[in-house]
Amino acid sequence: MTLLGQFSLWVAVLIGSFGAVLSFSGRWRDRPDLERTVIRSVYALALALLVASLSLWKGLFAHDFNIEYVASYTSRNLPTYYIVSAFWAGQKGSLLFWAVVLSCFAAMAQLLTSRRYADLLPYVAGVTSTVVVFFVIVMLFAANPFHRLAFIPEDGRGLNPQLQNIGMVMHPPMLYLGYISITIPFAFAVAALLRRRLDSGWIVAIRKWTLISWVFLSIGIVLGMWWAYVELGWGGYWAWDPVENASLLPWLTMTAFLHSVMIQEKRGMLKRWNVALIIATFLLSIFGTFITRSGVIASVHSFTQSNVGYFFLAFLLVAAILSFTLLYTRWEELEPEAKLESMLSREAAFLFNNLALVGIAFSVLWGTLFPILSEAVRGTKITVGPPFFNRVNVPLGLFLLALTGIGPLIAWRKASARNLQRQFVLPVSFGLLVAAGLLVGGMRDAYVILAIALGAFVLGTVLQEFSRGIRARRRMHGESIPAALFNLIARNRRRYGGYVVHVGILMMFVAFTGMAFRVDKEATLKPGQSVEMKSPYGGTYKLTHLGVSQYNALNRVVSAATVQVDFNGRSLGVMKSEKRQHVDSFGRPTFEPSTEVGISSGLREDLYIVYAGSVDGTEEAVYRFTINPLVWWVWYGGIVLVLGGILTMWPGGGGNSDARRTQAGYEATLVGAESA
Amino acid sequence: MKPGHKFLFGAVLIVGSVGLLMFQGVKETGVYFLTPTELASKASADPTFHNVGVKMGARVVPGSVRRDAATQTVDFQVTDGAQIYPVTYRGLVPDTFTDASDIEVVVEGRLGADGVFHATDVLAKCGSRYEAVPKA
Repeated sequence: MTLLGQFSLWVAVLIGSFGAVLSFSGRWRDRPDLERTVIRSVYALALALLVASLSLWKGLFAHDFNIEYVASYTSRNLPTYYIVSAFWAGQKGSLLFWAVVLSCFAAMAQLLTSRRYADLLPYVAGVTSTVVVFFVIVMLFAANPFHRLAFIPEDGRGLNPQLQNIGMVMHPPMLYLGYISITIPFAFAVAALLRRRLDSGWIVAIRKWTLISWVFLSIGIVLGMWWAYVELGWGGYWAWDPVENASLLPWLTMTAFLHSVMIQEKRGMLKRWNVALIIATFLLSIFGTFITRSGVIASVHSFTQSNVGYFFLAFLLVAAILSFTLLYTRWEELEPEAKLESMLSREAAFLFNNLALVGIAFSVLWGTLFPILSEAVRGTKITVGPPFFNRVNVPLGLFLLALTGIGPLIAWRKASARNLQRQFVLPVSFGLLVAAGLLVGGMRDAYVILAIALGAFVLGTVLQEFSRGIRARRRMHGESIPAALFNLIARNRRRYGGYVVHVGILMMFVAFTGMAFRVDKEATLKPGQSVEMKSPYGGTYKLTHLGVSQYNALNRVVSAATVQVDFNGRSLGVMKSEKRQHVDSFGRPTFEPSTEVGISSGLREDLYIVYAGSVDGTEEAVYRFTINPLVWWVWYGGIVLVLGGILTMWPGGGGNSDARRTQAGYEATLVGAESA
Repeated sequence: MKPGHKFLFGAVLIVGSVGLLMFQGVKETGVYFLTPTELASKASADPTFHNVGVKMGARVVPGSVRRDAATQTVDFQVTDGAQIYPVTYRGLVPDTFTDASDIEVVVEGRLGADGVFHATDVLAKCGSRYEAVPKA
């Protein structure tokens, strides 16, 4: 099957190059037959890569250990779903995954895009095929998943135990889907520039794609946080590691883009900025791939060093030069249609939101690259860690959180005193009330108070919007509250879905403050011995070591340490943490032992137990216990965020008529104004 | 002042404060990342360099790891091939930290006057983490 896979990759290069050359030649402009050929080459490319992917999967499932990739990432005793995920667990397979998914997205973009934008599609095909061909060439020349070994091992190495986790089965493909789908909006932007169709059409055409890519990135990032929390055992979920940063960067610029396109749609401003943002987002997604694969920046997450990095660096530079040059040549045609009228306006709020998001992205990029930059400029490598990122990003994040409340409510063009009073008196009072409550309650950390109070303010604005909308519908249509809520969202998904996303964001911000109150304790305990820990909310945990038991499971030998947990004298039950030694089907150990963390999660705090090993093979165990306040809210904030994102892009119904959308919002405002 | 100018003023304010925060952040939280050889040359050139917080990237000398589970202390040696430093660390080390094979570690801490590197943090990166080591 490797022969077929190998062959398909070469076919893909030929088809893709042919399509790209034909597309960029522009010869199809007055030749409908050539135009069809360009579009069909996209489908053929997807087909060739699907064949290649199936042949790799065939090899994985058939345990064909003669294929180096199969031998490296699977073993006979690996559960089936991990064999599926082994497809993208390694460098080479993930490149194929990237190429095949992009080619399928490209085909979908051709199929699903409205005929209104048909004149952009051949150029879109050219851009997507170029990117696909790049990935296939990297595979063929530097990281071939179909490479055969000179011998046939009797069993494979198996999948790294830290990747044997449901979060890790889902996290990389989600992140990849996010990264990959960014190429489609980028392709439309380039096509619009090439065709000189520089109205807001291309932005409307890619609205769904940008949301899809944003939702996948969000899911990928939150799953990555969750995986780090439950699997890595250091007790946190975000370490500002270069690889984590690399996933955050395109998310930040994409978030900025999702906001600034609204300004272009409504007011015809920020055209150049939007093109620049989508180009930057695409480049950052390639940069992220480069960081994870090149080994230029030391990260615990990265793939091992390989020359694949040079390919990506070269591609990154060429893509940056070409796309920004293209933007420059169309600069005059991207003249804004309107000017900023007032600082107290939605336009201004969105502009500041964009500046803050791009500012965060820039500082994260700077901090990530600082070791390289400092070595190049001053000759010594200097690294910056979490203290740097927190210092810069906490204030910026809080500024952004405030704008999250202000932006959606402040009037377009110029806010009147009446608009400000009507929209902000209640939410601001709510925020101040919460701040006062925290101060009275003894909270003294300024950032924590600010974060929670701003969170309350944003929540206030969202609740106010929902309640006004519902009241308006009830008055106009006499609907019941649930029906009014449903119709409100259904008829205006983008707006209310956006509010739901904002609620998710504020939940996560509030949750992040919990990390300031984290409590750690390390202890070496004989069976029956216990330690006590104070919860930051008050109350005392008593943790008693019960013992260590050993047993064999499917593909591992497990040592499980159990702990009796009591809170203020009341039993909360038994928790356990494991050390696992994974073995192959002949019982030989593979990989280093790994730790399975014990977590008891709650609305207020998590109890997090790590069994670090035993003293000289006895039952005397070494533990680390951690109390992590509010972590639960990170995950549920993430879920709310993603649901809100899905809501904004849910197809059908409220549909694509902009007039209707504006009207629905207007109607709610008007009726609300009468009642105020 | 025109709104455009006001916005420009606000924008400069934001960009300026981001720049300032970043500049100060690097100045106050930046940590040298050195190889053992670089650390040795810095420390001999400037004796006050002892007790400055640094990160050191190196390989663990195979067989040098001594663990004391009771006090949760780990002592080991690291090298870049030229210079060897003993390291002492109190706390839990990650799963990937073993002396079985040639593993890469990043130790953060300070070089004491006693010539021992007192680590406050140990990160281990194992070659087989994502990518398998090619078999002979």
